[in-house]
Amino acid sequence: MALANFLSSDPPNEPLLIEARGLGVRRADRWLIRDVDVAIHRGQIVSLIGPNGGGKTTTARTLLGIEPPTRGHVARRPGLRIGYVPQKLTIDWTLPLAVRHLMTLTQRCPRAETERQLAAVGVGHLIDAPVQTLSGGEFQRVLLARALIGNPDLLILDEPVQGVDFNGEVALYRLISDIRDRLNCGVLLVSHDLHIVMAQTDTVICINQHICCSGPPTAVAGSDAFRELFGTRAGQVLAVYEHHHDHAHRLDGAVVSLNDRNAGDRGSPGDRSPDDKSPGDEEQAHAG
Amino acid sequence: MLDDFFVRAMIAGIGVALVAGPLGCFIVWRRMAYFGDTMAHSALLGVAVAFLIEVDPTIGVFTIATLIALSLFLLERSGTLSSDALLGILAHSSLAIGLVLIAFMTWLRIDLLSYLFGDILAVSRFDLLLIYGGGVAVLLGLAVIWRPLLAGTVSTELAQAEAMRPDRARLAFVVLLAAVIAVAIKIVGILLVTALLIVPAATARRFAAGPVQMALLAAVGGVLAVIGGLYGSLAFDTPSGPSIVVAALALFLISQAVPAIVLRGMRRT
Repeated sequence: MALANFLSSDPPNEPLLIEARGLGVRRADRWLIRDVDVAIHRGQIVSLIGPNGGGKTTTARTLLGIEPPTRGHVARRPGLRIGYVPQKLTIDWTLPLAVRHLMTLTQRCPRAETERQLAAVGVGHLIDAPVQTLSGGEFQRVLLARALIGNPDLLILDEPVQGVDFNGEVALYRLISDIRDRLNCGVLLVSHDLHIVMAQTDTVICINQHICCSGPPTAVAGSDAFRELFGTRAGQVLAVYEHHHDHAHRLDGAVVSLNDRNAGDRGSPGDRSPDDKSPGDEEQAHAG
Repeated sequence: MLDDFFVRAMIAGIGVALVAGPLGCFIVWRRMAYFGDTMAHSALLGVAVAFLIEVDPTIGVFTIATLIALSLFLLERSGTLSSDALLGILAHSSLAIGLVLIAFMTWLRIDLLSYLFGDILAVSRFDLLLIYGGGVAVLLGLAVIWRPLLAGTVSTELAQAEAMRPDRARLAFVVLLAAVIAVAIKIVGILLVTALLIVPAATARRFAAGPVQMALLAAVGGVLAVIGGLYGSLAFDTPSGPSIVVAALALFLISQAVPAIVLRGMRRT
């Protein structure tokens, strides 16, 4: 089973930064996530993928401590410093905010240090630019630089490549991997891309209300087809994740066995959680 | 000098404008204009209650405005109505209840117009003490909650994730706002107090390159509006509160007319 597979994979030698066990979040009579286990070690990159509405952001928010879990618990290493890049951040024009203000939004930071962090992600020249004038890629880099202030032990990045074109995406993933190497921090990377993940990812977790499957990605740097499709550079940065699901989801999100995917009523023998009334928007029959 | 009613009015107006500008910036940034208006509307209920239990009207206004804001937070959390509709209900029902209460108190003879549009020319020495003492307290309070409040304005999530308490900062902000409204209605009245909060802030936006700068410019803009409005009111024999708001509007219109090229040069220096 996928979950057992995940738990049995050998933990790295590095210390554990954060661990969630049996995480469940229930809001408005609906389970957003259930029975989710996540563990991130120092220096490890964990990619959290899954369909929209599958609970990726909820999981990240629970790990951050924003969303209190209904079940299960999150254990953090004492004194753990987390750098966070939130999923959506639109800054209204009525608020005059230059990059340097955004950088010091939640903590004090001397200008020289702000400059250094911005330069480290390649946007040092933008320190005085109004944030509303930045391109998608520039804005994500600034958010990344902001999260790096104070050298965090763990980075939680919620869709850090959104609003960025393909070349920008490759560059950002390369940057994240460099940051991991430089700080030796753990990284939780949330992505809605179900098949392409960062090549340096140690573990991919596919989540759709619960953990559907998990494992390492498949390196494709040497694959001719991939190189032809995406270029040589992309091959070193991106990898393919092959799902290995042992079940499918019905329209309402309920779990069914792969054979019963198209079966009719709720009471079908393969339905393992008949009381789960969580609706999904579309059928997630994602057999690997 | 303080014996002259005009000087007292000027000092009072300037004191209120200095505090209203920075707070008004957050009202603009957080899109709380209607929220501020609702708290101001509830001020008449505060005045009525104050007369009923015989306390100072300023205390009554502050208490009722705070209670209205808190009940909105509670209703927002539990209710099914949008906060927009809730604000509409709270604003007008509190104003109406205030008017009805005042009508019931037949022994009471109060000048309703002076509460609705302000009576800056009746400012006492005690009022000056209240405005400056309270004003310093409010600005100090704002300085304390500045970082979490601003962080929560940009992103509640980000502030929460980094161990700030944006919800607590918002609550504290509302209490500060109630205090400002309670003293500002003396100057511009219940119906115009939101203008004193918002118009100088909106004027400042065009010249500001950062949040702190905008707050300071809004304070300066408010002071200019008070000075211009009061002199105008003296010269043309117009009501003082509305004159101040007209002066603030004039400054806003002038700010909008400043060419973008000039602004770019100003922000760079």
